[in-house]
Amino acid sequence: MKRFFVLTFLMFMATGLVSNGVALAQALTPDALVKSVTDDVLKTVRQDKDIQNGNSQKTIALVQAKVLPSFNFNRMTSLAVGRDWNKATPQQKEQLTNLFRDLLVRTYSNALSSYRDQTVRYKPFTMQPEETDVLVRTEVLQPGGRPIQLDYSLNLVDKGKDGGWKVYDVVVGGVSLVTNYRDTFAQEVRNGGIDGLIQSLADKNRALEKKAQDAQKR
Amino acid sequence: MKLNLPPSCCPARSALALAWCAALSVFSASARAENTDPLEGFNRSMFAVHEGIDHAVMKPLAQGYDAAVPLPAKMSVGNFYSNLWEVSRSGNAFLQGKGSNGLTGLGRLLINSTVGIFGLFDVASELGLEEGNEDFGQTLAVWGVPDGPYLFLPVLGPNNARDLVGWGVDQYTYPLWQQVEDKPVLRNSLGVLSFVKTRANLLPVDTVIDEAALDRYAYIRSAYQQRRAALINDGVPPRPVEDDDDYNNNR
Repeated sequence: MKRFFVLTFLMFMATGLVSNGVALAQALTPDALVKSVTDDVLKTVRQDKDIQNGNSQKTIALVQAKVLPSFNFNRMTSLAVGRDWNKATPQQKEQLTNLFRDLLVRTYSNALSSYRDQTVRYKPFTMQPEETDVLVRTEVLQPGGRPIQLDYSLNLVDKGKDGGWKVYDVVVGGVSLVTNYRDTFAQEVRNGGIDGLIQSLADKNRALEKKAQDAQKR
Repeated sequence: MKLNLPPSCCPARSALALAWCAALSVFSASARAENTDPLEGFNRSMFAVHEGIDHAVMKPLAQGYDAAVPLPAKMSVGNFYSNLWEVSRSGNAFLQGKGSNGLTGLGRLLINSTVGIFGLFDVASELGLEEGNEDFGQTLAVWGVPDGPYLFLPVLGPNNARDLVGWGVDQYTYPLWQQVEDKPVLRNSLGVLSFVKTRANLLPVDTVIDEAALDRYAYIRSAYQQRRAALINDGVPPRPVEDDDDYNNNR
């Protein structure tokens, strides 16, 4: 009987290890992940006349389906909020993360709909096997303009089947999207506490939502 | 503190350059590390003035230019101005001890000025000689000059004391301004065109800032400071960290 328990225990352990191992093995390397998501999204945008004509709902749906799963918004938000993050309750953290995610998705979607003839060049990428935090560097080539550096920070998130490499920052021409919010967020927290920041983000999202609806009606 | 700054974007005279140097020394003394924007009140009012001017004049001009001029012509206008900046880019690369970048810049200048017909076509890039991005503000930074306080000035946009000095020196050494110095009509036309094409290049950014920023002033300030830091560091972006003590101590 005792042997049975030990055996079962070992089997559980083994299945756990195996499934974990499979999940990690199936997860793409960071550069492959960035490339596959980028190529996938750009291919869709190129083929979709609605998105090119500025149908923001459709673009947002695309971003939600194809881009969101590869992003670590929790980490993005905590980095943007900085030290004040520790002052937030779990519930406030969740609110902040959701609101910040909506803001970023909308901004990103609208930038995407202005995508025309750009192509992306992936720079050589190497990493050590034990690394869990990396930078994948790309360059957006646009006709008639200078190339724009577009870099992604990724870290390895180990959470069962949702695990793998996740993007936690996008750096455009040396400007980190996450860091760029720090001053504003710190200022909002100074003025109105965490709830003040939540309120500002909610107001901003509402204003953008309204603007998008007005644009749709026209 | 009184600011002595040029009213136009035209070539700087040595007196102005001197005034900037004076401004720099005053500012760098008052700056230190505690706050990168000690003149925030002044800057915010200048920002409001700037947005008014931009809305009324600069942006409409840039939009007109963007809509009216076909892409190949816009590219050639950009290439023409940019080619002459190669003198400054290459010189500053040498001043920062980046000899091979400096040589690449000189090679680009040579090729684009000849095969590229006075710089109208960027042949050098096609040949694999990539354009650098150096200016005197970056050189000063490499030499150890601190940023100085953040400065937002109408029409000129975001700056810091050091980079404003650098900008002045770069304008002063820009060959085009030297060539047309005694031809006011041509000089002013070239100055305005340079300005309009620069503003037109920034048009796509407007939309992003409109949508992304909770506070446009702070968003632009942060983007400017990050961008400059990345350029000084030759394009290697900084990584955000969980508990940025440096950052928080600055608050």
